[in-house]
This record gives sequence, C-alpha cells and structure tokens, in this order.
Amino acid sequence: MAGRVEGKVAFITGAARGQGRSHAVRLAQEGADIIAVDVCEDMPGMPYAGATQEDLAETVKEVEALDRRIVAAKADVRDYGALKAALDDGIAQLGRLDIVSANAGIGSSPHAAQDLAEQTWQDMLDINLTGVWHTAKAATAHLIEGGHGGSIVLTSSAAGLQAYANIAHYVSAKHGVVGLMRTLALELAPHSIRVNSIHPTQVDTPMIQNEATYRLFRPDLDHPTRADFEPSSQAMNVLPIPWVDPVDISNAVLFLASDEARYITGVALPVDAGAVIK
Amino acid sequence: MAGRVAGKVAFITGAARGQGRSHAIRLAQEGADIIAVDLAGQIGSVPYAMATPDDLAETVKEVEALDRRIVATQADVRDYGALKAALDDGVAQLGHLDIVSANAGIFSFGTLDQLSETAWRDMIDVNLTGVWHAAKAAIPHLRAAGGGSIILTSSGLGLEGMPNVGHYVTAKHGIVGLMRTLALELAPDMIRVNSLHPTTVNTDMIQNAATYELFASDLPEAERTREVVSERFQSINALPIPWVEPVDISNAVLWLASDESRYVTGVTLPIDAGELLK
Repeated sequence: MAGRVEGKVAFITGAARGQGRSHAVRLAQEGADIIAVDVCEDMPGMPYAGATQEDLAETVKEVEALDRRIVAAKADVRDYGALKAALDDGIAQLGRLDIVSANAGIGSSPHAAQDLAEQTWQDMLDINLTGVWHTAKAATAHLIEGGHGGSIVLTSSAAGLQAYANIAHYVSAKHGVVGLMRTLALELAPHSIRVNSIHPTQVDTPMIQNEATYRLFRPDLDHPTRADFEPSSQAMNVLPIPWVDPVDISNAVLFLASDEARYITGVALPVDAGAVIK
Repeated sequence: MAGRVAGKVAFITGAARGQGRSHAIRLAQEGADIIAVDLAGQIGSVPYAMATPDDLAETVKEVEALDRRIVATQADVRDYGALKAALDDGVAQLGHLDIVSANAGIFSFGTLDQLSETAWRDMIDVNLTGVWHAAKAAIPHLRAAGGGSIILTSSGLGLEGMPNVGHYVTAKHGIVGLMRTLALELAPDMIRVNSLHPTTVNTDMIQNAATYELFASDLPEAERTREVVSERFQSINALPIPWVEPVDISNAVLWLASDESRYVTGVTLPIDAGELLK
C-alpha cells in the first residue's frame, strides 16, 4: 500500500529531536522525503539543554533507515536568510515542496508578566512567533510555484487558545501563531495551499521534562521531579493521562499533511486530551 | 497492512446514503464492522426526497463487498427506544462497540419569523435530540469496551449563523454544547467526543431544487442550474471549490475514530474549505 504522503517533500523546523524528529520519522514512514533544520544550540532563555548536531544526525539516520531521503541543515529560525538558504538547498536536492511543519520552539522559566525581562520576552517572540512566520515565508513561493497546492502546519499550543499564568510570553507567542495561521490560510487559499495550527497539551519531550517546568507546576517543592510533575500535568487534561507522546502530534501533522485533509484549512486543531475544554 | 480501524465496530446513523454511506464504506475499507441505521423514509417538513430502504440495502451491499460485516436497521433517531434496540441488536451480533458517527440530519428553510412550528420541531428533534439519542444509546456499550470515539456531525453552521436556516443553525450549534459536555463527562472512561463542521457537501441534501432556491432565489427556477449554484456555493469557501465530497468528511471521521487521535477530545473540527475564515 502506498504511503499516505508518498512522493511528497516536507520541510520541518526543530527537527533534531522531540516532536520535530517524530514528525520527520512519521512522515518518512508514510513515504515523504524530508528537509530538516534545527539550530542545534542552546537558545537564550531556555532553561534546559538545546538539541545538538548529534541529535540532528540521529534524525537523519532514522529517516534514512526508512529508505527516504533527507537533507538536514543547521539553521536558526530567527535568521531568515539562513533558513531560506537551507530550504532552497533542500528543494534543489529533493525537487519539490509540499508540506511545511513549523515546529521549532522553546519553553522558558516561569515569571509573572510584570517580572519578565525584556530580553526573555523578545527571545520568545523571535523564536516561537517570528520563526514560524519566517518558516512559512520561506516556503510560500516554493509552494505557489509548485502549482500543486500544499499544507502548512504551524505548531501552536493549548496555550495558543487559552492562558496559563506565569508564561505570558509563551502564551502571547502561541496565540500569535493562530492569527498568523488564519491570515496565511486566507491569503494562500486561492493557490489551494492549506494552513492549519496544532494545539498540543504537554508533550513528553525535553521541553517540558526539565526542572524549570517542574518548578512551574510544583512551586511548592524545592526540587520537583518527573513523578512530582505527573499529577499536576494530568490535572490540565480531562482524559486521565499526564501528557501525550510526540507521535500523537505527528499523527495530526500526518493527517493535515495528507490529501485526506485536502479541504481542511484555517483550523486550530487541539491534540490536548481535552485541556482546552476543562 | 492492517486497516486503521481494524477489529473495531462503528455505529452510524443516517447510513442509507450520502455522508453516512460514505462513512460506512470508508471505515469498512479500514477494517471496521458496521451497525447502520436510517429512517429510510420521509419527514413532512423536509423539501427534498429522503433516503429509502433500497438506499440502505445498497449500503449493506457495498460494505459486504469489502468483506466486512454490517447489521442494518430502519430506525428513527427521534425514537430513542427503537434506536437503542437497533444498536443493542447490532452490538449483540458484532460483539462490541468502539465508534459512533451521529450523522443523521435533515435540512429545510425559512426565516425565523416565518418558520412553522413543525419545521422547527422536526429540525431540533432530528438534528439535535437525535444526536443525543445516538450518544446516549451508545455510552454503556463504549464503557463496556473500555473506551471509544464518538463523532458528532455538526456543520459550518454549528459555528456561525446564516439567514433562512435558523432552526438548522440552532440545532447544529447545540451539537457543540452537547459534544463539549459529553467529552467532559466521558473522559474518565477514555471515551473521546468530537464534532465535525463541514461546509457544503455534495449530497442529495444540497443537490436539490429547494436548496438551489435558497442560494439563488433571485433567479427564475429554470436558471438555477448546478453550474450557477456552484459559483454561489464557492463564494462561501476560501479554497476555490464549490463543495467537498462525502469522502472528505469520512476521512475526518476515520482519523477521529482511529487510535491515531487517541488523545483528541472536545474538538470542533471544520472540514470547510476555509468557510469559517471568511
């Protein structure tokens, strides 16, 4: 049976590990070739270790093990020129572009809005919002020129649809992604290019499995652990689970990327175990 | 490759033709057995010919041609006892229940100051109470199975208004409230509940003289051709298409029914070609 995205090429940011790697592997399983970028560095304001070049190399290895092609580059979504060069090079090698997953993003230490440092705010907006715009901007001309439509999937968050205290910068950036998604969807609909956003609850990746996040959820403890975090995380959801796995987000990306969703555009799709209806 | 809903059993209302038949076939293609019900009869306030017993027989034939089992019964979603009996019988024959597609629905027209009591009541009884009945009858079976997925068919008009169909808009909005409440009530049992919001779907419910009149009342009847109305329909969408096909809704049903969306609940999912963006 042919894969569900057979013959398509997908551009994925933040592809070195976590959700981005999972998207690369899942789309490759269903027949896509991959253009992967990641900054492969610690980012400012990130209270946990960033992905590494070894991580990105592992993504390459896993996609190649599926007999799909992958072009991987180290690039920062804040640097439009570098991001565009990486994408242009990937398309030159792989021949086309069909799918965009604007996935790169950071978490941050908890601060009340009035206590956020200027730089902490700016770094968050630069990566989690402007980086998403850069990703779409670099891809749009290729998708239009390709003449066969396309699917752009922006990774927002449950925090893109509702507020959580002490992460105003993250909530603002992720809400901004929704406005960007809706506007892109209107602008690109005449070209049959679809644009949607995904809104995960907590995903079991290094972005949440770190002490800063544990402290956000358990300010009552000096050194909270994953086990301490688990019940607090589950309290966000209505389904009786603490977090979802990266593949759950990848399966939503796959659906939106595939022709099965050929007429779905402008949609904010939660994959959130009911966090938004709680 | 195993089907994406292999081994599951799906209950589908309004399964004789249109979207309901398409859902039955699409789920059967991916390995599900089907419990199908349809009124297979006329309702007085509905201004187009409704499905017949022959239509329901055709659904049976098409599912059986896929080597899947199907139990089909003529039943009215307004009659809770009859609906429950049909479902209970289906579950007794097929062994369990995993998926519910509350799809049965009708369309009729009139401004809210002119609508007859009968047209209002028929609409609310079928399109809202009938959906509650389908879920209510299914819940004990889903609990017995240890989880499941309930998919309620709402409409783009479940998320925004439109003149001349206020009773339809009201019923379809009501489905969203029903969906969100069911999602909360059933989450502890790992039963997920979501709603679908199609734009115009290419079925008998819209390809008829009464619907053409709604969209082209300024033209004499002879000039209300499919070509003319297709332009009117296209003007409500962002993507350059007049309507979606039943299989586009079925593919969303399939995704929500499958384990790929195991943590998606409480979601309103438009399949609307960007109608809601406009």
